[in-house]
Amino acid sequence: MSETNKYVVGFGSDATKDPRRIVFITRKTSAKVKGEAGPQLMSYPHLVLREAIALQVLTIVLVAVALFWDAPLEQLANPLLTPNPAKAPWYFLGLQELLHYFPPIVAGVLIPTLVVLGLVVIPYFKINVQGEPLWSGNRQRRAQVLVGVVIVLGVLLAVYDAWTVLVPTVLVGALALLPYFTPSSSARYVQFLRSRTVSWWVMTWFIAVALTLTLVGTFFRGPGWSWVWPWSRHAS
Amino acid sequence: MATTPWIQQRFEQLRGTRVWRSVFRRGPARTNRTRSVAIFGNLALHLLPVKVREKSLAVRATYYLGSIAFFLFVVLSVTGILLMLYYHPAVPDAYRDMKDLIYVASNGVFLRNLHRLAAQAMVVAVFWHMFHVFYRGGYKPPHEFNWVVGVGLLLVTLFLSYTGYLLPWDQLAFWAITVGTNIISYVPGLGRPLRYLLLGGHIIGQNALLRFYVLHCVILPLAAVALIAVHFWRIQKDGGLTVRDDHERDE
Repeated sequence: MSETNKYVVGFGSDATKDPRRIVFITRKTSAKVKGEAGPQLMSYPHLVLREAIALQVLTIVLVAVALFWDAPLEQLANPLLTPNPAKAPWYFLGLQELLHYFPPIVAGVLIPTLVVLGLVVIPYFKINVQGEPLWSGNRQRRAQVLVGVVIVLGVLLAVYDAWTVLVPTVLVGALALLPYFTPSSSARYVQFLRSRTVSWWVMTWFIAVALTLTLVGTFFRGPGWSWVWPWSRHAS
Repeated sequence: MATTPWIQQRFEQLRGTRVWRSVFRRGPARTNRTRSVAIFGNLALHLLPVKVREKSLAVRATYYLGSIAFFLFVVLSVTGILLMLYYHPAVPDAYRDMKDLIYVASNGVFLRNLHRLAAQAMVVAVFWHMFHVFYRGGYKPPHEFNWVVGVGLLLVTLFLSYTGYLLPWDQLAFWAITVGTNIISYVPGLGRPLRYLLLGGHIIGQNALLRFYVLHCVILPLAAVALIAVHFWRIQKDGGLTVRDDHERDE
């Protein structure tokens, strides 16, 4: 807020209550001065109290679960006895699933690096402050680009047999196309999808793929990284 | 003030004492001025803003995911330090210590369960927090850099969890770390030296266990504390959390 100081023409009122600032907002406004800030409350006690309650509830839940859910402990580490499959911790099983399809330099190095770089640059992209939906402007052109991207990605993934990536990609692509083919629908979920931005779709695609890969790697992979159903796995 | 409960009266009295004032540098927080002092006069709380928007306090605005991730880190620090009292980062003592935790140490099972559970929950909470912030548009100016700090915290969280995974020195630990560290050797050029640096050798043995222990208990927690401090402080400096107005388009 302090950066808007040069526009302050005056501020009054009782400073112990609720200081108000009057600003002129120029045409090229930034996101932070957009809209109403709404009323403010003192952090102490309003925020501090809520945080304390959150901490207490969390602690109670953790203790309750930890009393009954035992951490696993297997046999002493033995470098000569390789379990099949040898699995990484669950949050890396998405990557391990990718390693099954792609060469290690791609799945183990290139993709994680790109994901981290992608996350870092998110706020430095040309930001769509107005929140323009994907389906605005030249709709037909956008549909062509979207279908093109999904097809190129799909073919690439199909070549590598990477169907646990392919399936969520095609599903999210189809969802993204849905508002294009139903321009007159007033169903609530179509309206919701229609107002989504490009960045929303990219992130949703990423989450869908990451979630699918992690779930498949955790529950559906057995010896030799073959497909197994979680309920058919017998005690080994 | 005849209706004030007895216990509250005693608290008010306690807050007025010289000792209380000398510790907290203030008396009872009855006015907005003393409530401000309660925040910026306190080393830990002064990272927070003195005032918050009413909208950002709503559960739906944050689901307290960032706070939960931080509280899990606190729980992990406490349980982790207690676990360190029972743990030797040596082969095969580390595994024996796990057995001792289960069969010998009082509440050892509970302690280890709590630490592991909180660790898994923290990974989930940090990811969820990040996705939630994205969908709320919380990365937008002026919060760009805090988003980057957050990505750093995600990586530290994952690395903390991963280094902790080796410490029980059982089959699960050994082979999970084998899978992960083999990937490092595919980094072009730097792969093998990097893996050697991390493991303190070519195999996962005594040196690797010691390095993971030091990373897990000293280096990464310190990095996390530093980044968390910056992360909280920047929320305040960047003018509070992003709040959406109802008339604004969802993004």
